[in-house]
Amino acid sequence: MDRHVSLAVIGAGPAGLAAAVSAHEAGIENIVIYERDEKLGGILNQCIHNGFGLHTFKEELTGPEYATRFIDKVRELGIRCETESMVVSISPQREITVVSKRYGLRVVSADAIVLAMGCRERPRGALNIPGMRPQGIYTAGAAQKLVNCEGYVPGKEVVILGSGDIGLIMARRMTLEGAHVKVVAELMPYSGGLKRNIVQCLDDYDIPLKLSHTVVDIKGKRKLEGVTIAEVGPDGAPVPGTEEYYECDTLLLSCGLIPENELSLTAGIGINRITNGPFVDDRLETDVPGIFACGNVLHVHDLVDYVSEEAGRAGRHAADYILSGGAKKNPPNIVKVTPGQGIRYTVPVTIDLGNIEEDVHVRFRVGAVYKKVTIKLMCGDKELTSKRRTIVVPSEMEDVILRKSILEEVDGDIRVEMTGGGL
Amino acid sequence: MIMNRRNYDIVIIGAGVIGCSVARALSRYDLSVLCIDRESDVCEGTSKANSAIIHAGFDAKPGSLKALLNVRGNQMMDQIAEELDVPFKRIGAMVLCFCEEDISVLKDLMDKGEKNGVEGIRLLSREEALELEPGLGDEVYAALHVPSSGIVCPFELTLAFAENAYHNGTEFSLNTEVTGIKMLPETEPHTANKPKDADEAAEDIAEARERLRSGTGYKFMIDTDNGSFVSKCVINCAGVYADKIHNMVCEPSFSIVARKGEYMLMDKSAGNTVSHTIFQTPTRMGKGVLVTPTVHGNLLVGPTAYDIDDKENVGTTRDGLGTVRAKSSMSIKDIPFNKVINSFSGLRATGSTGDFIIQEDEKVKGFIDVAGIESPGLSSAPAIGTYVADIVCRILDPAVNPYYDPTRLGIPRVAEMSVEDRRRLVGQRPDYGQIVCRCEEISEGEIQDAIRRPLGATTLDGVKRRVRAGMGRCQGGFCAPKVMDMLAHELGISYAEVKKNG
Amino acid sequence: MIRELTCIGCPMGCSLTVEVEDGKAVSVTGNTCGIGKRYAEQEIQAPTRMVTTTVLSDNGRPVPVKTMRPVPKEKIFEVVNEIKSRHATLPVSIGDILIDDAAGTGVPVIITGDADR
Repeated sequence: MDRHVSLAVIGAGPAGLAAAVSAHEAGIENIVIYERDEKLGGILNQCIHNGFGLHTFKEELTGPEYATRFIDKVRELGIRCETESMVVSISPQREITVVSKRYGLRVVSADAIVLAMGCRERPRGALNIPGMRPQGIYTAGAAQKLVNCEGYVPGKEVVILGSGDIGLIMARRMTLEGAHVKVVAELMPYSGGLKRNIVQCLDDYDIPLKLSHTVVDIKGKRKLEGVTIAEVGPDGAPVPGTEEYYECDTLLLSCGLIPENELSLTAGIGINRITNGPFVDDRLETDVPGIFACGNVLHVHDLVDYVSEEAGRAGRHAADYILSGGAKKNPPNIVKVTPGQGIRYTVPVTIDLGNIEEDVHVRFRVGAVYKKVTIKLMCGDKELTSKRRTIVVPSEMEDVILRKSILEEVDGDIRVEMTGGGL
Repeated sequence: MIMNRRNYDIVIIGAGVIGCSVARALSRYDLSVLCIDRESDVCEGTSKANSAIIHAGFDAKPGSLKALLNVRGNQMMDQIAEELDVPFKRIGAMVLCFCEEDISVLKDLMDKGEKNGVEGIRLLSREEALELEPGLGDEVYAALHVPSSGIVCPFELTLAFAENAYHNGTEFSLNTEVTGIKMLPETEPHTANKPKDADEAAEDIAEARERLRSGTGYKFMIDTDNGSFVSKCVINCAGVYADKIHNMVCEPSFSIVARKGEYMLMDKSAGNTVSHTIFQTPTRMGKGVLVTPTVHGNLLVGPTAYDIDDKENVGTTRDGLGTVRAKSSMSIKDIPFNKVINSFSGLRATGSTGDFIIQEDEKVKGFIDVAGIESPGLSSAPAIGTYVADIVCRILDPAVNPYYDPTRLGIPRVAEMSVEDRRRLVGQRPDYGQIVCRCEEISEGEIQDAIRRPLGATTLDGVKRRVRAGMGRCQGGFCAPKVMDMLAHELGISYAEVKKNG
Repeated sequence: MIRELTCIGCPMGCSLTVEVEDGKAVSVTGNTCGIGKRYAEQEIQAPTRMVTTTVLSDNGRPVPVKTMRPVPKEKIFEVVNEIKSRHATLPVSIGDILIDDAAGTGVPVIITGDADR
């Protein structure tokens, strides 16, 4: 072993930065943030559009501005950041192997670890889009990086598959860079992105959004020549006769994000097959003691503000863990949190009722669009809390807060239920 | 590539695994050899999209070239892998049958295998098969176990042949597409080089002497879109276009159809779904598909098999991928199709004779076809190389190359090293500590190597095939911009000029 | 006349129903907060948008910028074109002013990302 730290934070995106700041504020000084990129800030550096920070800072910021608020804080607190340093494995005993050009290979042991590696985009191959494999097909995020960070606009005639937020944002971005975005096709009958992005990224520029449509063929041997788009039926299969050919030199894919947990697997952390993120308890601790997770590595968020908030909690809990040496104050009383009908997952999956120190956020996503629903958190027949929503959609994360005072009354497993909306 | 000369003892057309294996086998001799390919890189055709299996050799008809060269090629692989630093694993194969009647098919395969010289084949009951491979489908009735079957990285094998040939003196001219082949009049001195300088004139005299010695002169003029070349022998390793090349100078005697095979590749986390290569006996539904781990730890399923007209059409189809899915699910119960990271298709060069066509043309002496190299072509590649070299030796009777070195060292696979080896290497060259491709954990140093080596990568796909950057689960989403940047920087070109392939 | 709008004031994206008379919003419903009301009134009368893009710096790499306030929607491309005609002299910091008055809108364009030489 080459070194010992109190807290190792893996990733210096919004989650890692916020976790480090809150852990420091909770009294942990020996913190190192490991970041594989050359800059701090993670994916925010390429998200030059505005719309970040309304919850956190009560103003609308661009991605780099939002990141800089946290980076400045990290610098001010003197938290050590090692950029261009990639963690390649973590042991269940919290030994981290990290490689970098500057320091070579080192093995670092940590009292606690916060996982904040973020997520990646679903690539073309994972979508099983048939056709050729020419140049000109990019995930929306890769194109965003090329345009915004490298100053290279990959094409002029653009088709976008998938209406995730990055795809919508890139529709506008490519348009402002002089490209012609012909259509956005979305496999599902609803958009994968925020409503306001449909308005300000597509409607403003008369870019058509075709729901229940997908790419069924890709043409071009070396360079992309065009794509064929067809309507899909309720079974997900293309409807014959609905094919439309679009000549284009660029196809952008915005078809979902996948938490990046290969590193978590090296530590033997249990992964939820629905979220592709670790199973965590109310303290955001994984099933490997002392390893916490937050942000998009835990589950894909819709807003960075929620990432920062969640990461702040992860940082505080990690600090508690370090300061207490991993010992719990009271005997554990663990109950499960399970999703009901129409709800895909919950974060966390367990709550330790014996050691509640603060309000617990229960976060989840729904599986389809539902209108006029009531969301209730139930313990047996007892309603713990509820909230009404005029509409819930899969593209938005839901957040229900269980107050500490309510949790003190709970004595069994908790179920998230949704009623109304045709359920 | 700078061409020093335009006349060669041998011109090899096609830098796939066959062309490169032939080049390497010939580099053992004191011959001037040029290997040309229309693409910007080696391994751009059939060699880059296949099952990546080193077959045992039980499938081919006894007495055929396929049988002979497959079994021989399989036997050569351990040494090849050792000499050329190519990942190869002899994991064994199983052939599954799905009903009692098909036991006879397995027995026939076993018979053929024994006749072909394949050792260790065993017939297994369902229970015995399940012990070796617990994920087998419920319909599996019995299986053959073939221990000598293996898996290899076809990109690295092709590159290794090419690099080793290069180091032993073979020249390569990429981006060079043959447009025509002419016979030169035997008696006339060749006039391909104009104007002549002193060196070239001296070379001509030397070659005239050699012609006297061997009784073989320059016979062929190979016209390309990158100039013309003159040679004594032409070796036609042109894959799906081997018939076209043959017919440029020979009487038509065979034809090649492109038989498409579609595949799905799954993430490394699915790589342990099976531990053997799992074949199927042909069923009512047609020829089966295979399920196999790859040598890098992914899971590969496929291929389909249907003939197509357009020899450039390497597109996948919805139906094809659906077929792969349905058929592979008969062999193995829980294939994690949600972990597919890529799908692709390749074209087999299926010859009209049913066997490999490897011979000097009967009328056009010095023109050697290496055609119809469909499966088990990759498995046979090492043996095809030496087989063709033997044909060349009978024609040109060359001396041995005194500088021949059969070994080649690959680019270090940093992520696979032990912690201590890796620490040492990164200490010596810090670029190996800068990870660019996070999914496959490929460092800047490895990518630099891929670009800077002789016959180095000039495209994103070229980098991917050499060091696997972009080959992982994000398929280059994160690293492509950085790799493009590196290619632009190393090659002195602009971003816009960086190509994915070709 | 009734117009249906989606508020772009924050990620909630409230569905707004606006009663319009003489080109002005006389009532707004469906909004959760004051932002929705103000958005609807503005959108009916004279829609505006924030513009975010990049400007090339003197080392050839892009630097992110934004308009300090929303600009009239029909001026978006003019604003972008003016930004594209400029270049940023490094180093720059967040908040530095690139253009005082973008395309006659009276709105400044400012740098949104730190960049060193």
